Amino acid sequence: MSGGSTASMGGSCIIAGAAETDRLGKLPGHSTLQLHIEGALNAVADAGLSLRDIDGIATVASPGPVQVAHALGITPDWIDGTGVGGTSFLLHVRHAVAAIRAGYARTVLITHGESGRSRVGASRWRMDASSPPGQFEAPYGTFGPTTTFTIPLLRYMKEYGLTHEQLAYVAVAQRRWAAKNPRAAFRDPITVEDVLASRMVAYPFHLLECCLVTDGGGALVVTSADRAGEFPKPAVHVLGTGESSETPMISQMVDFTESQAFRLAGRAAFAEAGIGVADVDHLMIYDAFAHVPIYGLEALGFVAKGEAGPFIADGNTEPGGSLPLNTNGGGLSYTHTGMYGMFAIQEGVRQLRGEAAAQVDAPEISVILGNGGMFATSGVLVLGRSPRS
Amino acid sequence: MAAKPVPVPTPETQPFWDGCAAGELRIQRCDDCGRPYFYPRPVCPACGSQNVRWFAASGRATLYSYVINHRPAPGFEDDTPYAIAVVELEEGPRMMTNITGLPATPEALELDMPLRVRFEPRGDVSLPVFGPEES
Repeated sequence: MSGGSTASMGGSCIIAGAAETDRLGKLPGHSTLQLHIEGALNAVADAGLSLRDIDGIATVASPGPVQVAHALGITPDWIDGTGVGGTSFLLHVRHAVAAIRAGYARTVLITHGESGRSRVGASRWRMDASSPPGQFEAPYGTFGPTTTFTIPLLRYMKEYGLTHEQLAYVAVAQRRWAAKNPRAAFRDPITVEDVLASRMVAYPFHLLECCLVTDGGGALVVTSADRAGEFPKPAVHVLGTGESSETPMISQMVDFTESQAFRLAGRAAFAEAGIGVADVDHLMIYDAFAHVPIYGLEALGFVAKGEAGPFIADGNTEPGGSLPLNTNGGGLSYTHTGMYGMFAIQEGVRQLRGEAAAQVDAPEISVILGNGGMFATSGVLVLGRSPRS
Repeated sequence: MAAKPVPVPTPETQPFWDGCAAGELRIQRCDDCGRPYFYPRPVCPACGSQNVRWFAASGRATLYSYVINHRPAPGFEDDTPYAIAVVELEEGPRMMTNITGLPATPEALELDMPLRVRFEPRGDVSLPVFGPEES
């Protein structure tokens, strides 16, 4: 079980197992830890493995990797507790690839569980009044992501002419995907008018332009590509990864019209994979709010600055469009536990395996763009149905 | 009703809060690369120099971006809806703030409009907020 002998530097890795909790949504009978455990057991079973095969663990506190490993009876040789918001699981994949290449681990389990809605066994969030955000943002009445993540958008709208209708259309397009997905929380079709008539949360954002808050979890099993073929499901190859951070405070973002972290993480992942945007068949962009897919499309270079709003409003990212985006329905319609990145990865894996609810026609490459905090951090994964050519 | 959050200064931010108490918006500038910066810290974020000093900013700024928040933070119930804004100081750095003296409406809050700092008591500190240039 200890790693080392088979993995080699520069060796590539696969996602051998991937699964979510049995149900998502409102799960008051599940603690945060139980959501981790259920996701982990499902993913390990999906890989055709047992918990005894796992020698590396990665997750976010709390409960964190020590608690999750102990609860599952895993004694890890490698531990990653990177906790940089909802994109953390993308970074865990990247770090697991490095660890497997280095021989530090052979089979890594990455777990997510969050009782975001029911708050069962969930740690209480508290702002330290002496931290930089506690001194320089919280005194102005910030209160979670709706009051901070949203602030850059008016600047973008002024600079690039994005309309309220185009922003609303992001939610409309994703609902069209969600309508095809029985596991999506919201499936009824909506119109731009519905979105604009929904309650104002933080101008310019209406309720339907903000993500859900749910309970749920999921997990991944990452191992060496040398073992592709040993598992019941088709291997999903990790072709490239990237990570970056920008700012712990939204007010200090370099440029309110673009995410530097998205751009840098994306550039690294695409370069490692040796691909360009034309190679991408399927795309997931962490959508905590309706503007994030707009920033993501532009940061990754799918469209030029200022073009993402019209691109989505023209139907390019919805069912039947040229660039299938957020095909599970996204954080806006599928689920959003608080740290959604795990679910974005899961949908990329399902699409490449050909087992998604709203299946895209035989995608070869899926790209996952994760956000952490409020444009604070980013991870990007380039996943493929085939090994790197 | 809960009280609004009161910032707790740390040694490296104390001069900023001392400035606010004295009616001055004191920020830092790097003596090596010349760049002014905010938030307070002992290292220039542009060049890494520790050769930095405090100075009084003009207090003039423009409105860079904002939201009008309808779900109040604890302590802000009576202010709702209220603007959570980011202003760009005349010297370049940006900071979060509230807008005072103007209605919290998109019509009243035009991006790039000129603003000027003023200070409001908050617990045992003075908090910089921004309002119209003339008032």
